[in-house]
Amino acid sequence: MITYVVIALLVLFAVAYYFGRARALSSVEGNTAALHSLPSQHGLFLALLSAGPALLILLFWGVATPGVEASIVEGRFATQLADMNLPEKQAFLRDARALAFGGIAGFPNEAKEAAAEHFAALRGQSEWIVSGLVTLLAALGFFWGIRRITPQFRARHVVERVLRLFLILCSVVAILTTLGIVLSLIFESLRFFQQVPFYKFLFGTHWSPQSAFTGAGQEAGAVNPDIFGAVPLFVGTMLITFIAMLVAAPVGLMSAIYLSDYASKQVRSVAKPMLEILAGIPTVVYGFFAALTVAPFFRDFGQVLGLSVASESALAAGIVMGIMIIPFVSSLSDDVINAVPQSLRDGSAGLGATKSETIRKVVLPAALPGIVSALMLAISRAIGETMIVVMAAGLAANLTINPLEAVTTVTVQIVTLLVGDQEFDSAKTLAAFALGLVLFCVTLALNIIALRVVKKYREQYD
Amino acid sequence: MTDTLAGGAKPQNNQHTNEQARGRLRKRYAAESRFKWLGAGAVLLSAFFLLLLLSTIVFKAFPAFRANELTLPLNLSAEHVNPDNLTGNNYDTIISDALLSLFPQVEGRQERRQVRGLISSGAPTLLRQALQNGSLTPGGTVEYALPMDDFADLYLKGLLAADSAETVLATPQSVAVEGNEAELRFSDDSLLDAAREAGALEEDGGALRLTTGAASFIIYLGGGAVKITDLAPDADAGVVARGPVLASVSADAAGPVRLRVIATPEGQRKISDREIVWVDQLKADGRTASAWNTQFFFGGASREAEMAGIWGAVVGSALTMLVTLALSFPIGVAAAIYLEEFAPKNRLTGFIEVNINNLAAVPSIVFGLLGLAVFLNWFNLPRSAPLVGGMVLALMTLPTIIIASRAALRAVPPSIREAALGVGASKIQTVFHHVLPLAMPGILTGTIIGMAQALGETAPLLMIGMVAFIVDIPGGFTSPATVLPVQIFMWADFPEPAFQQKTSAAILILLGFLILMNAVAVVLRKRFERRW
Repeated sequence: MITYVVIALLVLFAVAYYFGRARALSSVEGNTAALHSLPSQHGLFLALLSAGPALLILLFWGVATPGVEASIVEGRFATQLADMNLPEKQAFLRDARALAFGGIAGFPNEAKEAAAEHFAALRGQSEWIVSGLVTLLAALGFFWGIRRITPQFRARHVVERVLRLFLILCSVVAILTTLGIVLSLIFESLRFFQQVPFYKFLFGTHWSPQSAFTGAGQEAGAVNPDIFGAVPLFVGTMLITFIAMLVAAPVGLMSAIYLSDYASKQVRSVAKPMLEILAGIPTVVYGFFAALTVAPFFRDFGQVLGLSVASESALAAGIVMGIMIIPFVSSLSDDVINAVPQSLRDGSAGLGATKSETIRKVVLPAALPGIVSALMLAISRAIGETMIVVMAAGLAANLTINPLEAVTTVTVQIVTLLVGDQEFDSAKTLAAFALGLVLFCVTLALNIIALRVVKKYREQYD
Repeated sequence: MTDTLAGGAKPQNNQHTNEQARGRLRKRYAAESRFKWLGAGAVLLSAFFLLLLLSTIVFKAFPAFRANELTLPLNLSAEHVNPDNLTGNNYDTIISDALLSLFPQVEGRQERRQVRGLISSGAPTLLRQALQNGSLTPGGTVEYALPMDDFADLYLKGLLAADSAETVLATPQSVAVEGNEAELRFSDDSLLDAAREAGALEEDGGALRLTTGAASFIIYLGGGAVKITDLAPDADAGVVARGPVLASVSADAAGPVRLRVIATPEGQRKISDREIVWVDQLKADGRTASAWNTQFFFGGASREAEMAGIWGAVVGSALTMLVTLALSFPIGVAAAIYLEEFAPKNRLTGFIEVNINNLAAVPSIVFGLLGLAVFLNWFNLPRSAPLVGGMVLALMTLPTIIIASRAALRAVPPSIREAALGVGASKIQTVFHHVLPLAMPGILTGTIIGMAQALGETAPLLMIGMVAFIVDIPGGFTSPATVLPVQIFMWADFPEPAFQQKTSAAILILLGFLILMNAVAVVLRKRFERRW
């Protein structure tokens, strides 16, 4: 039904535009010069006035209803819900909702079906109410607006002010997103740290939140904080990132140097798109490649050498991640190297230096801040990369720096903790948010430092 | 004086031309060429990686685009199929009856089950659908092609038990068939050596036993096949080979006696010797045929490798991308317009810019956490829905679109704005009537690149439950769905070899979409972007 209301509003928008325009034109009998604003602006004014508030109300309704419904149903079924803990309550509401509005319900029973009926009834009522309200608002807006359209009416000012407001709101979305990320991460992490002290999380060396018997999935109070030591994850992440950078930094940097200073035009016209393709391949493809081709290759190769290489070794994941980051390093360093003025190269050549000497002794030192910042951005990319490690690295926490063993990373653990059945309130799922917070802070810090490095050490040549 | 210059061929022995200096120069030049080759090597290494990755996937994907079908004589007469109630018929029986009618000699529960296993377990559903949509009419016995089981399919494609070799043997001295067991007598004992090499177990009196851990020996003779499990040296310099009959042997049929050795032990492959013989027999009868794998292109998700298709994921991806585009394009362009054309230089706009740049570098999985905490748990939006996936991806691609749009807007020269303002346009009119249309090619290029990123993104969608196993083709923005990259991720986890090929094929399709989008972006850039 709401879909039809939205469609009706969109039709109204078009109709109102037409009416407003016609009204403006007829008010001056076609002599548009007598109008303060263009006829189309009058049309837009009327369209915005009639459909705008109604759409806003609908948006507000869409955002607010689920929460309101849930609290009403929760109040109605207080007796049945009384002896449930929070995860069970949420599962109850989720199933009832699924029964009412379609979806996959876990275990339907009578209480849930009753709740589902209640949900459906509530939704029906609120849909009627909101539709009525929307119709009223649209009618009011339309008739009030059409009376305001006169030759002197400054429709342009109104329309442009609304448009400008819309533009500002859109750019505020970026702030809201950051705010949403920060708040949701901090809020959930605080709940986690109420159950598990943060020093045990940050400095503990035992990580096994999946082991339900030790209390990870239990309600608050029964949580065993000793199984949330995240140090193995941090070490694993650093190990894989280190291996990735061992591949990506030299290869990426050398290809950037070659492409900017040595390569002929033809070579560049082939190599640059090739790097772009490498950059455009989805990470899940790299993950498949790592798990299916690279990891077995290293395992078999290790067997030949008499080494025991885990089939989910850090080496395979790290190397494939390095391949993924090569184009990132290369394109960032390429920009930086190209930004070094030609006069420096010419000066060096004039003193008799060879090309490689010029690059190593003049260009690279001049570009160093940019290169360092590019490498830091690449590290931040590697730390936050998920799919390659989910598919090719281990799941069990393993505190080691041996690249031939399987290690797990922060992102892998976030995924394994949150995929599948989850109760949103258990320490297990909250731990994922704490890990997310760490991830966010580290990558943010790396990005800020990278920008600072460039700002502080950049030489002004021109 | 001039003479010495004219005869200057004689090298002067100063500090720039003496032996040491030339040595140094050689060293420097060597270093120069080393450095250059190092650079070229780096580029070549990247090219090698790309080639390796693509070739691995293309070669793996190729077999998945076609599938083998088995034509069965289905008995659709009135006693089996009730035309008025097509959903209520027992299609399982119809299909297994048809299959067993092709193998009249098969007896015993286990063998019958093996025969039924040759056809896909999704075949009854397909048969029902064929009857329902009218491509098959009930009544009489109809020859109809149905997909084979994935292992039989892989065997026919030559991907299972491919390491087999055939040799022609001398005609045995005697062939004795008793029930399901056959005994063959050969006059030479070359068979013994071959079996010993293949890993047969030694038993008392020089006898050999071929277990499921050793290579399989199948002897074709008399229009049938015998699997050799026991070999014993005969009293007079021959070999007695014994084993179960896989396909009935008739004593009077002529033709050469062939020995087929399959090196992979039966215990280590997914298709048994018996099934291999059956499939070969079906193929020889012309009942199997390779066709385009329509089930892969137009089917939904399934646990059965031969039934699994990507259409559900493609539709899910399309719905998700629609939401992403509908949100991120207008919001991104509007934000870029404000920041580039209207924003005063103050703290707020500075803060917005810092935010946008930071968001561009936030790991994608963090956006998934945001979606989980805010969209799912706070706003109670449905899990696994394209709507939520699209919203999360829209937030993720927003920085890309804003940054690209700002660059495009900045590239429009100020003279355009001044001219518009000069003829009396308002600031808004200037931007929307003149600047924006000129910047549109650049904006669209950035948008397409952002959308391509979003199309390949997996991690945030795992967080909001799009990893659920969904069989139905999604019908709307709030129905449970999955997307192509997540489907790839899920298939990559399945152990069946057929799923690895499906994964590769799905990757190829995803890459195809990405290449298409990027090609459009390149064309837009080349055709419409103006340099001022």
